[in-house]
Parts: sequence; C-alpha cells; structure tokens
Amino acid sequence: MPEFRETTLSNGLRVAAEIDGRGYSAAFGYFVRAGSRDEVDRESGLSHFLEHMMFKGTERRSAADVNRELDELGGQSNAYTSEEQTVYYATVLPKFQDRLIDLLTDMLSPTLDADEFATERQVILEEIAKYEDQPPFGAFERAMEVHFGPRGLGRRILGTTESIKTMEAATMRDYFHRRYRPENIVLAASGNIDFDSLVEQVENLTRSWSQRPKIATPDTDPADTVPTGISLEPRIAIPDAQQAYMVGISPGPCSTSKDRYAARALGSIMGDEGGSRLFWELIDSGRAEVATLWPHEFMNEGAWFTYMVCAPEDAKSNRRLMDDIIQSTLDNGIKPEELQQTLSKATAGAIMQSERPSNRLFGIGSRWLTCGEYLSTDDALDCLRNITLDDVENAAKKYLTTDATEIVAVAESPAATA
Amino acid sequence: MVLVQPMPWLRTAALSMNLHAGVHREPAHLGGLSGMVCEMIQRGAGQYSSRDLVAAQDNLGIDRNSGVSTAFVSFGASMPSESLQAAISLYADIARNPHLPQDQLEDARMMAVQELRAMEDEPTHRVMRRLRELHYGEHLGRSNYGTETGIQNITQEDIRDFYQANYHATGGILSIAGNVDPDKVVDWTEAAFGDWRTGKLEDLPSPIGATKYEHFESASSQTHIGFAFDAVPYSHPDYFKLRAGMGILSDGMSSRLFDRVREQRGLCYTVTASCHSLKNGGGVFGYAGTTPERAQETLDVTLHEIEHLLDDLDSSELERWKVRIESGLIMEQESSASRASSMASDYYQLGRPITTVELETLIESLKLDDIREYWSAKPPRDYRIVTLGPKPLTIPAPPESTAV
Repeated sequence: MPEFRETTLSNGLRVAAEIDGRGYSAAFGYFVRAGSRDEVDRESGLSHFLEHMMFKGTERRSAADVNRELDELGGQSNAYTSEEQTVYYATVLPKFQDRLIDLLTDMLSPTLDADEFATERQVILEEIAKYEDQPPFGAFERAMEVHFGPRGLGRRILGTTESIKTMEAATMRDYFHRRYRPENIVLAASGNIDFDSLVEQVENLTRSWSQRPKIATPDTDPADTVPTGISLEPRIAIPDAQQAYMVGISPGPCSTSKDRYAARALGSIMGDEGGSRLFWELIDSGRAEVATLWPHEFMNEGAWFTYMVCAPEDAKSNRRLMDDIIQSTLDNGIKPEELQQTLSKATAGAIMQSERPSNRLFGIGSRWLTCGEYLSTDDALDCLRNITLDDVENAAKKYLTTDATEIVAVAESPAATA
Repeated sequence: MVLVQPMPWLRTAALSMNLHAGVHREPAHLGGLSGMVCEMIQRGAGQYSSRDLVAAQDNLGIDRNSGVSTAFVSFGASMPSESLQAAISLYADIARNPHLPQDQLEDARMMAVQELRAMEDEPTHRVMRRLRELHYGEHLGRSNYGTETGIQNITQEDIRDFYQANYHATGGILSIAGNVDPDKVVDWTEAAFGDWRTGKLEDLPSPIGATKYEHFESASSQTHIGFAFDAVPYSHPDYFKLRAGMGILSDGMSSRLFDRVREQRGLCYTVTASCHSLKNGGGVFGYAGTTPERAQETLDVTLHEIEHLLDDLDSSELERWKVRIESGLIMEQESSASRASSMASDYYQLGRPITTVELETLIESLKLDDIREYWSAKPPRDYRIVTLGPKPLTIPAPPESTAV
C-alpha cells in the first residue's frame, strides 16, 4: 500500500507525497496558486506566459541549460496553466530525484530576461493563432466568458492577442512576486520517492523564497467594461467550418461539494463516449459526432458543460433531442443497472490510473493545494461505492434544471456546407 | 499468433488484437469500408446486442479502443486482470460471430460521415492526410477515414464480403500483457480462437510517392506546413540509426527543431518531425504551424536544420536521446496496455517481439558515426510538401542532383 506523507517547510511551502517503493518511476510537480482568475485586465494571459518563461533561464542556468537538463533526466516533463493554478511537473527514474528537484526548484526563480521575453511573446501569439484554427474555435473560452463574466473564472487562460502584444516584463515580474510565494505553492510527489531527502533538499533550495518582495494586489477592473479583445457574442463565425460546435454552460458542483461524485456519475450515465444516454440516441445513430455533458469543478464554484458537434442543419433537432433526454432523466430517473455499469467503469478506471505515479500526481497536488486534503485510491473507490440512485437523481434535479448559456461556432453561411 | 508477457507487479491486464483487415484492402471506390466494418462488428455479436456488448465491457471494467490503419483493424482493451478471461471470449465473439445488423447500416454510415466531416475542420489533419497520400501514393497512403463518396456507396453486401474476406485467423496477432498466467492465457485463447477459419493475406501495395508541393487555400489564422521525405522503415537494419538522428532533431525540448525554430526564433508553437513505418516503406513526417507572414521563414529554417543535422553533431545530443528512450522503456513496465501494443507492433514489423533488454542494448550501442553513415547515404531530399493557409509558399529548389 502506498504511504501518504506531508509537511510544511519553514518558509510556508507545503510538500505532499504518495510514496510507493515498488514503483519504476517517480513523479514530481510544483502546483502554484496562479491562474487566469488571479489576473487583472492588463495582466491577461500572464499566468500562462509566465509558465513559458520558467523554462527561459535562472541565475544558475540559461534557457538552453534548462531544456537540456530536463532532457538529460529522460522521462516526461511539462507544464500547464488553468484558471486556478500553474503546474510544473516531470516523471523520471527514481535515481534522478535529486537532480530533477534541483532543476525544477531552480526553474521557479526565473530571471525573466528581456530578450527571451520578446521571443517567447511570439511563441504565445502563435499558440493563440493555433487554437483559433482548431475546433471548437474558442467556443469553450467564450462560454466561460459569458457565463462567469470576462474576468475571474471567465478570464481566458492564453490572454488575447492584444494583451500579449502589449505585455511588459515589469508587469510579469510584479505578478510573479505576488503569486509565486511559498504559501501559495505545493510540491507534490508520487511513486518511488525518498521523502526525507526531498524535504531536506527543498528546505535548503527554497530558503530565499520567503524574501520575495511583497506586491500589493492591483485594483480590480471596472465591472461595466469589457476587456480589450474580448467579445461576448454567443455566435462565433468560422469561415469554412463543416460542422456546428455548440457549447452550453450552467452551474455545477465545486471541488468541495458533497455531491460531486454523484454529479460525475450522472455525467457518465448521461454523456460518456461509448454507452451513455446521449451516446445511444445521438452518436450511435450518426446524428451527431459529439454529444456529451459533464461537470467541471473549480475551487469555490462549478460549471456544468454540454457539448455537441453535428452538421449545422441538424443542430436544432439534435438540440431538442438532447433536451428531451435530459427531461426524461428528470422525469423518470436512472435505472439501477445504469448506475452499476457506470460505477464498475469508474472503479476499474481508478485502479488502472493508480498504476502510474504520473497519473496520480495531479490529483494529489491539486487537492492538497486547494483543499489541504488527501484522497488515496482506496478512499476514492469508497466514495464511488457509496453513491446511491437517490444521490444521482438529486444531482440531476439540482444541476440539469438551470438555464444554460449557449455558444455556437459555425460557418458564416451554414447553407454552404450542405 | 498469440504473444503473452506476464507483468506480475501490476493489477491490470491488456490485450491488443490485430487482424489483416485494414484500409489497404478496401476497393478504391469504397474508401471508408474497413472502418465501417470495424464499427459494424461491434454492433452486436454472439449472444450480445450492441447495447449488451457495451454493458458487458463496462461491467468488466474494460477501457477500450478500436480502429483501422493501413494494414490492420486493431482492438485494444485494458482492464483489471481478473476480467481477462471474459474479455478474451468477448473479443472472440466480436471478431468471429458479429451480427452485422442490416438495420444499423445507415447509423454506422452516418457515424462515419460525421467523423470524416469533423476531420475536415482540423487543418493539421487535412495537411497530414494529403501528405500521406503524396508520400506513399494514393493506395498505400489512403486515409483511415475514407471518402464521403466511398462511405455513401457502401452496401450491406460490401460489409459482409469485406468481413468474410479479411476477418480470419491467418496473420492475426493477439498480444496480451499484465498480471497473467501465460499457461492459462494460452488455454483461454485456444478455446476462444483455436478453431477459427484461416484465410488469404495480400501484400501491401508498394509505396509510389513522388516529389510534389500542394497548397490548400484557407482564411486560417496560421499557415499549416506538412513535409515528408523517404526513410527506412522499422524493420530495416539501419532504422535505429535514422531514429537516433530524428531524436536529435525532434525528440525533447533541447532537440534541434524545438530549440532552433521555436525557442531561439519564436517562429511557432508546434514544430515536430518523426519516423513513420509501414511494413514495406517508411518516411519522416514533419509539421509546423505558424502565422502566414512567418511561414516562409519557418519552412526554410526547418528544412535547413534537417539538411544540416551532421554539421555540428555532438555526442551529448545522442546521450540525451538514449536516456530518454531508456527511461521510456523502463516506465513501459508500468503499463500493460503499452507493452501489449509494442509486442504486437514488433511482431508484425520484425516477425518477433523484441525484449526490453535487447532494445536497450541496441540503443546503447549506437554511435555518432552510425548517424553520420545513415544520413550521408540517405540524405533528406525529394520532399513532399503540403501547406494550408492564406497564401502558398515558395518551395526550395532540390539540391544539385549528384550521380549515384
């Protein structure tokens, strides 16, 4: 059985690890409470831009050194930014633990060099352009913006072309000092870990982090304006799209809601690919390419998404069919065998996930950062086993009855695709 | 052929079933047939209806996928190891006793059309799909998704004929890895597949690609650039010499393309190139996406880096690639699914699975001179290039031809 250990370093940085000495690999990640919801307008896209800059050199290492050393340690390493956190992670062979921790920890004190900043700005602009070309053409970002408002949770992670073009390194430096404070950071680890040596090493390497200058929280932006480069139009025109892409968003459970497991089971019964209510009616019949729904938990709020992709001319009838399926679930409830099937699938999924430390890392780190809570695989299996039909039906009544914000990305003239 | 690798430290098992019923067996006017047959055989088999099959798979905790490629139709399933015996018999039903229900043909057809249309909205996919046709020729390089006319033309008879001709034991590969007892697995597979009929195999058509440039006009935000050139396939003795060179070019964040095209110049977010192998031919396929005003420079710099790989080759680059590969091999021990699919693919390409130790030894033995030898003998040339964007690019003139 894996063992859980945790500690808080003298500077306030928290360390949480699920240790299993039998593992072939060891996964590590810094989880930082810095996401797009923490930005103000002139900082839009900064959390993500900063994530890129962490690979661009420190006092001890050039940008090329950072990338080279990450490769020298083999394994898989990367980073991502969400609305609520930025995560830097790597999975390596256990023998590389010390070297990897030295590197990852050093990366989190970037020099933010001006030339590197200018070059990386171009890469971010390319990343924004890349997603503009890809289905569903920004429909999820737009849904978040309209539902939550274009600030806070609704602020887009990549920023806008406008905000990135005008971004200044000094603004980034302030944001870094404001958010990358030890009390905002968790170092998580899973797999074949030497915990004592990890704690000792990080205690030494991060001693200076508590001396980072204190930066005042910037003033909030006027609520009656829309940030530059943002549109709140529910329709997104795509020059030559073949399919229509429809995203709906309404409130869902947050990450501490008691009914979040029941809500996930409901999402699976209703929307799973390959064997859910929406699947049999809309996908298996070839009416739509995608038809699904799911809850997405944030720290203190939640969203419930629906997503459908189909031919533009079928959008209306498919939308009606989806509503009918939801209504019939509310009217007639869930069958016991449906719940059983979903729970078997989820249980097997959790067991399979648990075999790779790299899979376990994200749940451990996020949960410890946002809730100070640890859930072992067995705890998660217990939560699944305890879900009742009533729980799922109550979740349906709570989450499937509110009006949704709807966003459609579709060709300018749908007739052209007939 | 049944391959079994016990991995007693895991709680899971995985199977990979591969039959010679891939895209190359489709008649030219029925593009999409192999994919539709793969879909139809899962719409009910043996004692199970379509819905029963899904319920049985879910209740066994099977995480699954299926799909066609040039040579094969493949089914992958990973699960808690106690489900394996039932899973083997379930997949035997799917392969051997499908109902091929006529009343579901239209649904399956619509499903295939949906997938095809969705791929049309992915610029990267459009570019790479066309590139494959240019590189291998229209037959061997055919898309797994078929064509809209092909899919519309398919009849119930076509489905049945294709099934009859191509779903049989001959040449099939069933690979199983995980927390299993090999003797039992052999007994179970014998019982499930032992008396399956045999059939005829057909060789893949020869690769007949040609140097060419094509451009799709589109009002896209980026220009999407795909390029390919000839290279040896996995089964060739020089394959790992090629692969090491490609590793230095494009594997990892310190690789040449990532460092020199993206990190140093900021030209793009994605730039990548990798080896692709069929049994009878191979290639290097690359992609870069960049805004139109920088697309020409991106293409020029990317091809320059590929052509000048040998200029400043450094042993530290090769060492980094070796560590990455070796770490990957060790971590593969954590996944029954990835081991099952590697064994199946090795068996097909080489006629036998390679053990992890054997592969480690082979990787460790590679030297810079091996890379020099391969890349000097087979330098990148005769590019096939496909772009999608507002404007076409200027394609570099081929280097002076030298007498061979």
